[in-house]
Amino acid sequence: MMKQTSTGKKNGDADEASVLTDTEYLEALRRQMHKFATLQLSDSHLAEDAVQEALMGALKNAKSFTGRAALKTWVFAILKNKIADVLRQKQRLVYASSLMHEDEESEDFSDLFNVKGFWQADERPATWGNPQDALHQGQFWKVFEICLENLPGKQGRVFMMKEFVELDANEICTEVNITVSNLNVLLHRARLRLRECLENRWFTQGGQAC
Amino acid sequence: MLNCKEVTRLISESQERKLSLLEKMPLKFHLMMCSGCKNFSQQVPFLSQAMRAFAKWKGNEP
Repeated sequence: MMKQTSTGKKNGDADEASVLTDTEYLEALRRQMHKFATLQLSDSHLAEDAVQEALMGALKNAKSFTGRAALKTWVFAILKNKIADVLRQKQRLVYASSLMHEDEESEDFSDLFNVKGFWQADERPATWGNPQDALHQGQFWKVFEICLENLPGKQGRVFMMKEFVELDANEICTEVNITVSNLNVLLHRARLRLRECLENRWFTQGGQAC
Repeated sequence: MLNCKEVTRLISESQERKLSLLEKMPLKFHLMMCSGCKNFSQQVPFLSQAMRAFAKWKGNEP
């Protein structure tokens, strides 16, 4: 009665073997990694290279994985390092020619704050209850990703460098060629925007309810 | 007295550096009176937490 199809047989070895031979799965994983790296590097080709290197590096040691979860965690850890490397190399080549734009520096927040610098009535941050609950919901992460992508160019990248790639402030400043005060401005804006987006699209939408 | 724009800037910067006592005092005072900024101050650490968890989620799909 519990008889399953031939692929249904699951033990440690079978699972491990299937991870490496399951081309459909590897392709899906590769697509995810590519999307993620592109978000970080804003360059599809650089992202592709980083993904290739990360996958190669991970699959070289594939024997030590006991399943999909372990493999994924491992490749994303490698990818994170690759992204950090690429960002370091990219510094002089790309960022030197794309210094922070005036308009980004002087983006005004009159939609968020009034002339005296206090919250506009309909923009005042609301209570989010227990936001941690959202971390377990797939739908929340789709919203999160949309909100990240919606951040204006440098805000999103700098925020991810800081909070995800976990570069320190000096490294980011050197790499993006901005001052610490520029960095603080960008992070402040990124947080305001990301917060606003999550609140509008999730926390006041009852998305967390079920 | 600090306004909300300045307060949110300080809260954001507190993720990057330790605030001085001179910055902390008026900040605390403001947060006692302003629910919007108080909510913001609780949401900023959550954003960091979510950003780190984002990779894990990425790693657990499909």
